[in-house]
This record gives sequence, C-alpha cells and structure tokens, in this order.
Amino acid sequence: MRTVDYASVVDEVASACIRANRELPEFSLSYYRTALKRETDNRARSIIDRYIQNVAVAAERSLPLCQDTGTAVFFITIGNGITLAGGPSPLICDAVNDGVRKGYAEGYLRKSIVSDPLYERKNSTDNTPSIIHLEQCEGDILEIEYAPKGGGAENMSRLKMMTPADGEEGVLDFVVQTVKEAGGNPCPPVVIGVGIGGNFERCTYLAKKALFREEPHSDQRYAALEQKILQAVNALGIGPQGFGGKVTAFDAHIEYEPCHIASLPVAVNINCHVHRHAVISL
Amino acid sequence: MNIQLTTPLRQEDLLKLKPGDEVSLSGIIYTARDAAHKRFVAALDSGEKLPVNLEDQVLYYTGPTPARPGQVIGSAGPTTSYRMDPYTPRLLDECGLKGMVGKGDRSEDVALAVARNDAVYFAAIGGAGALIASCVVSCEVVAYDDLGAEAVHKLRVKDFPLIVAIDSNGRQLDDS
Repeated sequence: MRTVDYASVVDEVASACIRANRELPEFSLSYYRTALKRETDNRARSIIDRYIQNVAVAAERSLPLCQDTGTAVFFITIGNGITLAGGPSPLICDAVNDGVRKGYAEGYLRKSIVSDPLYERKNSTDNTPSIIHLEQCEGDILEIEYAPKGGGAENMSRLKMMTPADGEEGVLDFVVQTVKEAGGNPCPPVVIGVGIGGNFERCTYLAKKALFREEPHSDQRYAALEQKILQAVNALGIGPQGFGGKVTAFDAHIEYEPCHIASLPVAVNINCHVHRHAVISL
Repeated sequence: MNIQLTTPLRQEDLLKLKPGDEVSLSGIIYTARDAAHKRFVAALDSGEKLPVNLEDQVLYYTGPTPARPGQVIGSAGPTTSYRMDPYTPRLLDECGLKGMVGKGDRSEDVALAVARNDAVYFAAIGGAGALIASCVVSCEVVAYDDLGAEAVHKLRVKDFPLIVAIDSNGRQLDDS
C-alpha cells in the first residue's frame, strides 16, 4: 500500500500540461531532423525548417508550440495498492482534472473545450473535462501519460467496421485512404495510430494508444504492416502542410486486441507534426 | 522573392498573385474561427451590420492562446479552414472580404466565390504558432468577447509569411 498526496498529482499534472505544450520530447524532435534529411523540395524543406524554428521560439518565449493546446488526453495506470489522500476527492480522475485546470490557467494555454457539443457550445473555460483512460494493475505504481490532442488532426481520424474478409489489404487501403482524404488539414507530416480489433469503441482507444508508442510492434507481422502503411502513405506525396513532399507521415503504429468472429474493427487516429507527449511517474 | 502586401488589400495587387507565391503580409487583420463565423452569418441573416467592416480586409482563422504578461499575444497559428467553408462565400459576396488566412484545402464553392470576388486564400504554416506570434505587433478583442479564444481579435501584423493557396482566378495550389 502506498498513499499519494492529491496535491502532488495536481501539481505534477499541471506542470506536465505546461511542459508538453512548450517542449517536444526528443523522439518527436528527431522526426523533424529525419524529415529534413529526406525532403529535397525547397518548399517542403523550408516548412520543416520553420517547424524547427518554432520549437526554438516557443522555448525562448515560454509559449505553447501551437495555439491548439488540445483536448487533454490521459492514460493512467494505477496499482491496486495506491490510495489518494489529502484532497477534496479520493478519485484520481478528479485530481487529474484539477491538474488540468491549474496547468491550463498558469501556463496560459488555450481553453478549447465546449460543454455542450451541439447546442450552446459554451466554453467550459478551464479545458475540462479531460479524456481519461484508466487501467488498473497490481502493486503500487501510478503512471500518468498526457497528450494534448489538437482538433484539426483529431477531426481527420476515422473508424471503419470492416469484415474479416477485408484482411490486411483492406486495412492498408483504409488507412491510406484516410490519410489521403485528410490532405493538408491535419498539419502533416502526421503520426498515424491504428487500432485493429477490440470492438466499436475499444478500437478507437487502441488507435490513440498506438500514437504514443515509440518502438515498432513486437509482433513481426504487425511491425511489417506498420512499415507498409508508412511507405504507402509517404508515396501519396502530400508532404508538409499538404504542399507536396516525400514525408507525409513521420511514423505509423498499430495496437491490436482480440475481436468478435464477425468483425474486423479498424480505427485510424491522426496526430499533427507537433507530436506532444509527457509521462509522469508518481 | 517574397511579395510584400499590406491591408486593406488592393485589387491590382491581388490580381498579380499566383498559387504558390510567397507573401509577407503587414497591417491590420481580424481573427475569426468557427463560432465567430456562425455569428457573422447570423447577423447577415437578420439584416444587422457585422461588428467589423470586412471590406478589402483579411480574416485570419485562429484562436490564440492567452498572452503572457508583457507579451502581445500567445501562440497564434492557423486553424483548419474547411470548417469555415459553409460561411465564407457570403462574407466574400456580401461583405467585400478579400483575403482569408488558414490552412488546408477549401471547397469548390469557396474557390468559386474567391474567383467571383477577385479575392485570395492564403495558407500560413500550421503548428508554428509561437513563430507566427513574433509577427504580431498588437492585439485587441473587438467583438464577441464572450467567445474567449474564439472572439474576434484585431491584430496588427508585420511580415506575416503566407503562401497563396487559391488565387483570384480560383486556381488552387495543389491543382498544379
């Protein structure tokens, strides 16, 4: 058993929100450097160059890298031995949302959430509620992964309930078609997260989770499919900002889970070139 | 070579632009995104005047982050333009709007309306909001304050780097 202080969760989440919106992790920065080496077209190179300058200016002036500081998405892994104490609520989700309120206010981040999606569309003014995916495990670890997810790229994401007969080729076609239709809208070069299996709602969760994995899939067949997706997408020629180029996607990752005998759910979640992510261990 | 443009836009300058031209824009521009566009068109529907005069002006599709103390504006890059497509032709046809700045493709209807009005659609670099903030000299909210980041801001920009994405003939950059 381990007791975690509510206020420390709030503070850590708040600072992760601020940090992730101002600084890119090394992994995401390496995407820019690799793309710059691969692009030969002048316009494509000059756009990637400006992405790199943007990182420097954001650090220098303590500004968010992008004005869209996103929906705050969290993947939380919480051990059964963790107890949250000392706060207004015993629930980790409440502490995380309080952290978002604090971070988005103190970090001068944009509040981009409307409370009613269809009618009033009134801004909630503190960027909550965030989207929280909670996973339990044994032991006393508490790990919180945060990703600010911009609306432009999220809007280009798709789900298709395919059939088993569609197979690998069907999956590949669907992913490539999704990126093609997105064109310049999601701020390419993009990162592609693909969820395969599960069911209707689980599949989209898998796609989001796939976005933030850094290594190729541990199953060789899926790792090979990730490469096929990346090659096919980069052959589209959409390029940085959709103005043409060799790099339309930096990376593609797949997560899969078992599914029903009748189904082959496939979800494609797209992230923009500002591939922001932070991990906190408490 | 960058083409220097200042607002209010002049027709003779716009007619010379071609898709892919790189432009440095200076002067006053107005921000508006989804919610402000909806209100603009609702105002037109009920015969009211818009809160800003768009004649020969430029709308910039952005919702900036709040300014830090001592800074003019927060991060301020373009948002995806197609969401404004349902509203744009009326602003061009009825309000004299001449320029839009955003990112991504526009509908056929927008391209036609751009051509009909000798207007131009410019693309700014998406996901470079901190860099673009350096081009903003002043910023004030001039309408729809209750919309927060979606309020209409009057910006003075200097050398805002843009690419012509639809020219005054309705030709799109990726048609070429």
